[in-house]
Amino acid sequence: MELLIELSQVIIDRRPRKRQRLGWDVWPENPMKLQDVDGYIISDFSLTTNRTEQWFCVLLVPARAPQQIGFLYPDSGIAIRRSCKPFRVPTNSTQRSLSLIPATRIRTIGTEVQKLTGASSILPPSPSLPLRVEVPFIYLFLYLSSLHSDPKQNLIRYKLFLSGGRLEVGFDKNGGNKRRYKNEERFVFVPNDPRSLMKLNVEFKNIKGHKFSKDGSKQALLNLTQDPEKGTGYIFEFDNFTDRNSCRDFVGRVLGKLQSVPGRPNEQSVPEKSAGAPLPEQLSAVEMERRIKLLREDSELLRLHKQFVLSGVLTESEFWATRKTLLGEDTTRMTKQRPGFKSAMLADVRPSADGRTNKVTFSLTPEIIQQIFAEKPAVHRAFLNLVPSKMSEKDFWTKYCRAEYLNRTRNAVVAGAEAAEDEELAVFLKHDDILANEARRKIRRVDPTLDMEADEGDDYIHLPDHGILRDAQKDTAETETEVSRRTLSQDLNRHAAVVLEGRALDVELGDTRTVAEALAWSKQELLSKEKSEENVNLEKQEKVARMTELEDLQAPRNPQYASLCIKDPREYFDSQQANALRALGGTEFGTNSLDLNLSKEEVYRHLKEQISEAKSRGLRNPIIRPDTALKVFSGLSQHLSSTRFQLGKNSQESALDRIPHRTKDDLMHHWTSIQELLRHFWSSYPITTAGLYNKVQRVKDAMGQIYQKLQEIKESSQSDFRHQVSLLVQPMLQALDAAFAHYDSEQQKRTAKSGAKPNGYVR
Amino acid sequence: MASAPSKLYQDDVSLVVALLDTNPFFWAAASLPFSEFLHHVIPFINSLLLLNQLNRVVLIATGTSSCGYIFDSGDGNASGNSNAVCSGIIKKLEDFVGKDSKIGKGSNGDGTRPAISSLLSGSLSLALCYIQRIFRSGTRHPQPRILCLQGSPDGPEQYVAVMNSIFSAQRLMIPIDSCIVGAQHSAFLQQASYITGGVYLKPQQLDGLFQFLAAVFATDLHSRNFLRLPKPAGVDFRASCFCHKKTIDMGYVCSVCLSIFCKYHKKCSTCGSEFNQAAPDSTIPDQKH
Repeated sequence: MELLIELSQVIIDRRPRKRQRLGWDVWPENPMKLQDVDGYIISDFSLTTNRTEQWFCVLLVPARAPQQIGFLYPDSGIAIRRSCKPFRVPTNSTQRSLSLIPATRIRTIGTEVQKLTGASSILPPSPSLPLRVEVPFIYLFLYLSSLHSDPKQNLIRYKLFLSGGRLEVGFDKNGGNKRRYKNEERFVFVPNDPRSLMKLNVEFKNIKGHKFSKDGSKQALLNLTQDPEKGTGYIFEFDNFTDRNSCRDFVGRVLGKLQSVPGRPNEQSVPEKSAGAPLPEQLSAVEMERRIKLLREDSELLRLHKQFVLSGVLTESEFWATRKTLLGEDTTRMTKQRPGFKSAMLADVRPSADGRTNKVTFSLTPEIIQQIFAEKPAVHRAFLNLVPSKMSEKDFWTKYCRAEYLNRTRNAVVAGAEAAEDEELAVFLKHDDILANEARRKIRRVDPTLDMEADEGDDYIHLPDHGILRDAQKDTAETETEVSRRTLSQDLNRHAAVVLEGRALDVELGDTRTVAEALAWSKQELLSKEKSEENVNLEKQEKVARMTELEDLQAPRNPQYASLCIKDPREYFDSQQANALRALGGTEFGTNSLDLNLSKEEVYRHLKEQISEAKSRGLRNPIIRPDTALKVFSGLSQHLSSTRFQLGKNSQESALDRIPHRTKDDLMHHWTSIQELLRHFWSSYPITTAGLYNKVQRVKDAMGQIYQKLQEIKESSQSDFRHQVSLLVQPMLQALDAAFAHYDSEQQKRTAKSGAKPNGYVR
Repeated sequence: MASAPSKLYQDDVSLVVALLDTNPFFWAAASLPFSEFLHHVIPFINSLLLLNQLNRVVLIATGTSSCGYIFDSGDGNASGNSNAVCSGIIKKLEDFVGKDSKIGKGSNGDGTRPAISSLLSGSLSLALCYIQRIFRSGTRHPQPRILCLQGSPDGPEQYVAVMNSIFSAQRLMIPIDSCIVGAQHSAFLQQASYITGGVYLKPQQLDGLFQFLAAVFATDLHSRNFLRLPKPAGVDFRASCFCHKKTIDMGYVCSVCLSIFCKYHKKCSTCGSEFNQAAPDSTIPDQKH
């Protein structure tokens, strides 16, 4: 048996990896001459032809160096020219070592390259060329690198490899060359063109994992990852999916077997850590940070992460794969929870006076300033108008504090005089017209049917011995100046409104100016929104009409729904009664236990007789015989004590509340763990890769451990609660059992399959 | 419409509405004669009034064709000694039974099958209305509860009405206690007590009925928190099909009236809705737990 799978025309593709290290040591026996282009960007490439109708690839390399042109020759490598002067197209004679691809074949290359790189400037092959070309073996090697600061480091390389050939896996070669390949040990790629250098003969033990494209996607790809650290590997493109799938399945099984053998000495110097994890992903710092943040915010998640990721049951990427939404959401959701304004009044910006001088100090923090802007629109407006055009910010706040101080000390005369002198100061002392407007607007929106009398009784201010004390003075409504006519209750209401509105804007506190502007902006938005709701008026009128309508004068309303017509409500009862009586142990069913033979008159007469008998006898003394009472009493007590443990205090109480806290916590935790594990377990099926196979193994082991723990909990619980606990544990065990059963049956299938076809796939 | 004002309870004052089953068909065949029954119940009512001066007891008779108030301790004229209470109750009962028999005669001619079940739904509604009236008058309310002294079997035709009453009681947080003096359990009252958090009891020894009543049903709701009272054995909520009364795990549910069937029917036998769709997808019937 020579060949187990023969796939005509397979294309090998080696594409970019995130890692920057080179992976050229893939074919150490045939090193490509590529050093020439190291460190240069190949910005573009084109296919062109020379006079002898042979095609080759031109790569434009505009790097640090003046324009360079690289020629990509099939079979050999890239030659670089150091200028873009009109160059002589290399011919067979000048590049003897190169065997240029005949023009008939190059079209395929062109489209392939275009497909894989998205390049646009591939010259269309001349239309005279036949469209359908047979390509026994073509490969094109495209090598791109981009530089950062140091051209020799930080390179991102793009590698592209196109080739035609056969991929042979799972063959058993007992050939004459005395070399004995065991099957499942290596795979071989044989190019169709015997001259090609693209011969591959790779041992499976060097392959760490495999990936594949979805069935039905554009290309049937199989990616054998060689070294996750370096990001090298082999990508094969197949003609069809059936070939790919059979190949994939084989590789998956081989890899699964290889990797399930633990502690295997590794010829390559791969760090031990990465051996278990098939593909540790490259994480950006941002990504890492986001995960850490999520873990910090969610203790439940942290616990699961600790339990499974740190103990190696799940890899980091597996753990997060199921929580992509969490990670993604965080990036899109920019609005975070914002704290609101303090509920303490601004009045608490107290001046602090040092005893020695007459100086009074106010301290304003950005937060307080924001609150001032929100609560006092006049100050906000003044700030926008005056700062910084007319006065500095410091002056502005000094003035504000001065006005506050005058207000506070109720030095009305002085305040008036100062206001007359200084018109800027007056802004702060004057009645806030913006607030007044706003209040008027709000009053207009008040529901006209509001019953104002309803809370008249709540007014304590006008009662004797009631009122509001502010700064140890009684805040009376009658004061002479306009300024102090704003009473404390108005202030309180205003403050309450602002606190309830909350912080509408999300700006960094600090720069007062931006804060002020942002606030103004958000207010304008609000206003325009309100204006657009002008038709609210109409609605209001409707509402008034509805509220004042007299029910008696309206025509009876028809119900909006079709009334339910039930032919026979008895059916509901019958179905329920059967259960109810069964539960209570009653044996009599139905309603025919009554004696229906008696006529109505008879029964009524009987009842009346009974009543008159009771009437004639009057009340009995004693009501009940003592021994009967004792019997009833002891019977009841016995019944109650016997049912005590079976049932809880309250039928509404959940079983969880009755078991001890520790047990409850344990159970809850195990339940979340089981859910996590089961999610991973079931999502791993069908097992197609070695990675999944390993994962299932790990997850299954972890589930086994939890199973043990659950059993322990069940057995260790006190006798009182054992029943409850076992009831709770039951569904968890069932879920686990289902998973184990599935695992076992899959395992059996697997062994049965490989037993029937020891060599894999036979044609 | 003005909603009922928020309730302020006096935690040690009870309003007990007792529903007395006066089904003549039942009492004609009952093991406990009606006169004996009254000898247990009337002292119990008296003792309820003795427990707290402010306690209020209302007695409602559940007949086969009508229901009526028999006794209200809050009436004013009902006050006095226990003998007066007793004779008052008996007199009212006499009147009620007489009226009930006449109504029954008018509506239900001889020869047809007599209505044998008591109008539990009617008396429950009366009780709820009474309690609602108490709720809407005054500021502080006694804690209401309903006690059903039921003997006759459930009337299946009242199912919807009774369930509605039970749910109303649940919403109003009025527990429905049930004491079954008949031979068989009542599915209605079992549900009612379970849903409203009341006590369901079927005394085995009817000659000690007063002792059962006094031991189990006399305590006010506040004291119940500290007592261990008989617990319901739990209501079996599993569904059984309407066609064979078998307990089923999976079945077909009528989308109109929620009747349950174990197999597909073209027409719902409960509400008469016709399901004129094509044959159902037999693999996925509606699931019902």
